[in-house]
Amino acid sequence: MENAVIELEGLTKYYGSVKAVDNLSLRISKGEVFGLLGPNGAGKTTTILMMLGLCEPSAGQARVCGIDAARDPIAVKRKVAYMPDTLGFYDDMTALENLLYVGRLNGLADGEARARQTMELVGLQNELHKKTSAYSRGMKQRLGLADVLLREPEVIILDEPTLGIDPAGIRHFLTLIRQLSRQKGITVLLSSHHLHQVQQVCDRVGIFVGGKLLAAGNIESLARELFGGDSFVTTITAREPAEQWGGLLQDLERLEGLRQVETEGSTATLSCTRDITPEVVRLFVEKGLGVTGVYRKQYGLDEIYHRYFENNLN
Amino acid sequence: MKSISLKTRMTPGPFEVMVRKEVADHIRSRRFLVLLLMVLLVFAGTLYISFSHIREAKGDSDFVFLKLLTLSDGTLPTFHVFLSFLGPLLGIALGFDAINSEYNNRTLVRLLAQPVYRDNLLLAKFCGALLVVGVLFLSLVLLMVGGGMILTGVKPEPAEILRILAFVVLNVVYVGFWLSLSITLSVGFRNVATSALVAIGIWLFFTVFYKILVNAVMNAVVPEGYLMPEEMLSYNRLLMSLLRVDPGQLYTDAATTLLMPSVRSLGALSMEQMAWAVPSPLSFMNSLMIVWPQVTGLVAGTTLCFALAYYLFMRKEVRA
Repeated sequence: MENAVIELEGLTKYYGSVKAVDNLSLRISKGEVFGLLGPNGAGKTTTILMMLGLCEPSAGQARVCGIDAARDPIAVKRKVAYMPDTLGFYDDMTALENLLYVGRLNGLADGEARARQTMELVGLQNELHKKTSAYSRGMKQRLGLADVLLREPEVIILDEPTLGIDPAGIRHFLTLIRQLSRQKGITVLLSSHHLHQVQQVCDRVGIFVGGKLLAAGNIESLARELFGGDSFVTTITAREPAEQWGGLLQDLERLEGLRQVETEGSTATLSCTRDITPEVVRLFVEKGLGVTGVYRKQYGLDEIYHRYFENNLN
Repeated sequence: MKSISLKTRMTPGPFEVMVRKEVADHIRSRRFLVLLLMVLLVFAGTLYISFSHIREAKGDSDFVFLKLLTLSDGTLPTFHVFLSFLGPLLGIALGFDAINSEYNNRTLVRLLAQPVYRDNLLLAKFCGALLVVGVLFLSLVLLMVGGGMILTGVKPEPAEILRILAFVVLNVVYVGFWLSLSITLSVGFRNVATSALVAIGIWLFFTVFYKILVNAVMNAVVPEGYLMPEEMLSYNRLLMSLLRVDPGQLYTDAATTLLMPSVRSLGALSMEQMAWAVPSPLSFMNSLMIVWPQVTGLVAGTTLCFALAYYLFMRKEVRA
């Protein structure tokens, strides 16, 4: 993977004798949306802080845009915008003033115009002059995104960005992030413990448990790796109970790629190495059975996540 | 190259931006308004007393404007005595929540994620508050000089102006000491109330209990009965040295010397030393020489506190 924007090599952090991050190595290339997925206390925030040079690694190196974060944090922070999981604004200032302050700290010459523009982008154009103390949690989150976008960074790091936003807001938020990443080639690192959201927007995910990166890759490859052959599961329900299906089960077992059939009541669950849903449905219909439901299961992060937990615990 | 230099001049650096924000925050805050009212009241009260007695004192010597600051009929302490305990309050109030409020508001991480140096934040907090204090004292004193000129019709002498300006600097240094102490506490204590209480505790200890403590120690140390003059002198010196651990004492010593040119020494003078002295006011430089150790002590204390704040802050975990 050439032109990696974020390179972590053997990154380790101890808090006293507790290992918060354990020998983490990771490469994220330009324009990628990467999801760092893990339960609370997995070391996600610590890793992010080390990338920004806000926290010194005990061992290893974090390079962002080719700059060592521990040696030259200012240069890294010029290129990276970070939205912390616990967002806070100066309550006695209006939203616009908060943004302008950040703009001035970054030496933006056209801060005001750009601030208004970003506020519009995140849908807060009508709340410009409201004090941030009157902002709701979701609005603050959007203001946080505006704060990050204002600087037109090369890399955006979002720590639990969807916390406290309603579902519609989350969708809008994530679409916006994905869109921006695609349009402007911004690299996005997103940390979360919400699997579905990460699944929606990320090109690749890394599963991070107990300070260790257990796996990284896109969701399909993770699923294939984890569940081996049986990565396709089809559930089919007929009107008639399984006892009245006749020789159907024998016919099913003759299908290529099928590994296992389980029946329960009037439902059959088929695990297969390839997608055989159409053939299965045709067989049911040929036997004159009334199919009431077919469901092809796709492995989501949920399953992947749980599988990793199980593996990790055992 | 030209365009680059132009650009850097047009857009102020992060440190300047932070100082501006600090100053704006202080000026807008109600806390500062209350303190300002308090200082103004004290200033008006002491000036009123001195103005009403200035006519009686005008004849006997020069330094009318210094008299305005030091004259009192006993009903009200003079301005600098008031300031010796209002100054700490001012410093504490401007600094006790400098860092921990940013931390508790969750703004610290966001701020430090911007391309700014961590120590610049600390320095901006200090400089911003000190700038406000400096402007406050300077404008008060200039108001006093202007008012004095109108009311008495006397022109201030250069030596007087120098002394008054030195007094302003001394005030800023004194408030700066308490400011850096309270900023240190704001780094050390996560809870705003704790840091305020500890700062006020230290202040109370020095203004009330420390003198009692020193007196008790001296009573225990000094033997009963008749003392030789030399012994007297050495005990007196010990007493003064102990008292000068209190920054308020340093301030009072320095302020008295600066505002009263007739003060020749801050310790005891023997008869021999006094015998050949010409009874005239000291020159400004001489007074400055006398207060130099005091000012150095205050600056050293300020630096020490600030260094500690720096040390604590650079090692502090930023995540909330």
